[in-house]
Amino acid sequence: MFDLNELKDKIAVIGVGNTKYGNFPEIDDYGLAAHAFRNAVNDCGIDKNKIDGLLVSRIPYYARMGEVLGINPRWTITLPGHGRMSGMGIIEAATAIAAGQCDYAALLYANIGRSRRVNYGGDESPGTWDPWGFTSPGAAHAMAFRRHMEMYGTTTRQLAEVSVSIRYHACLNPDAVMRNPITIEDHESARFITAPLRLLDYCLINDGAVCLILTSKERAKDFAKPPVLISGWGAQDTFSPSSIANFDMDFWYPAVSASGRQAYEMAGVTHEDVDALMCYDNFSPTVLFSLEGLGFCGRGESGAFVENGALSLGGRLPVNTDGGHLSNSYMQGWALNVEAVRQLRGECGARQIPDCEVVQYVQSTPCTRSIIYTRG
Amino acid sequence: MSYNKPLPRPDTLSQPFWSAAREGKLLLQHCPACGDTRFPPGPVCPKCLAGDQTWIESSGKGTLESWIDMHRAYWDGFKDDLPYRVCLVRLEEGPVVVSNLMDKTDNLRMGAPVRVVFDAVTEDVTLPKFTLV
Repeated sequence: MFDLNELKDKIAVIGVGNTKYGNFPEIDDYGLAAHAFRNAVNDCGIDKNKIDGLLVSRIPYYARMGEVLGINPRWTITLPGHGRMSGMGIIEAATAIAAGQCDYAALLYANIGRSRRVNYGGDESPGTWDPWGFTSPGAAHAMAFRRHMEMYGTTTRQLAEVSVSIRYHACLNPDAVMRNPITIEDHESARFITAPLRLLDYCLINDGAVCLILTSKERAKDFAKPPVLISGWGAQDTFSPSSIANFDMDFWYPAVSASGRQAYEMAGVTHEDVDALMCYDNFSPTVLFSLEGLGFCGRGESGAFVENGALSLGGRLPVNTDGGHLSNSYMQGWALNVEAVRQLRGECGARQIPDCEVVQYVQSTPCTRSIIYTRG
Repeated sequence: MSYNKPLPRPDTLSQPFWSAAREGKLLLQHCPACGDTRFPPGPVCPKCLAGDQTWIESSGKGTLESWIDMHRAYWDGFKDDLPYRVCLVRLEEGPVVVSNLMDKTDNLRMGAPVRVVFDAVTEDVTLPKFTLV
């Protein structure tokens, strides 16, 4: 047995890849995932037959995926398509490599929700509260944000700062889906979906796929790109109230705090060391909840914290430099982890953070996870 | 006009709740062993795992914890109601439930007292909803 903290800097991301993001009715999940896989293989130059670990999320059948890619791993795991699975999957793969269950793990995620007109609400996801018309993750986040407004005086103009900063980053990312700049006024005049949330508080729904290839730090030296190390992580689930899906009365504060503390301790870093935060932004309020939970600001102070472009490149804490789920691509956390790797490699062009050394990922969800990446 | 919004699907666990709602009573599942009270019901008490769970009648009084206005209809049956109001209520007995707030006013605040009202939406189904006190 080992203490988790002993895994600090032991596992590396050696390859990352993604498809284009958009509307691709002509290709299925396996096709998208295969393209992302090939891009990740080419990114690091690995012989794909060396890959002996396979993790798939939102992909129907792991064995068909293996067949498509021509690999027969000795470690395979399937996770459902929930966004929270990205952080969970990366941590699972890291521990599997540390335990010797595989040497090279490929983690694959594909989403065809745009071309197949997925709504994320109504009869697609039956729930306890359907008779009252309460459905969709957006409605749950609106319910949480209303509480935040009432408890702390947070305003929708402050919330707009999140969407505006993240869109600004998308404008610097040639691969992002949404590349027209927006202002606070644009946010405030967008149509309501679930008031107090408006269209620009919602993530995109687009097709695409992402792949990450992980191995041990020792093996990572043999590949094309400098390895990015997984330096720490933390985890805490909050399963009550699961009947009110995607909701927590406390904005997942206890879980985000616990995950952050674990991750900082394991990685041996503090907030001050974090050069960028990759924050699961299914809806803009989640970013506020994450900033408070991780302790970048005091409880209830996230509205003031994000003002004046604090989350933009060059600001106090750049968040989601690829444009996030709100404006780059709805890859449910996976693409944010890829962006963390690319920032630490210095591959981000116009959106590159100078001297980027520490990037933190966080997902404030019923399965809260945080991962800290550093340069190898 | 026939009712075309989603209806509850009562099962063994939730049937007593829906039967009582038709009679104008709001029930909460209750653990006789440890006193835990909750909605929706579960097969065992999540606190002490006791299997024999019973029901108590709620006073129907509570406080407004949050509310939203749905501007999108995920079911066609809600289209004519847009925007409609969904609320989160903490009942006096402890559990937090989702429902509809009948009041249209924008003059709402967290913590406002509310009470249950019963809306017989079909012959078989009555939905507990809430109104400001």
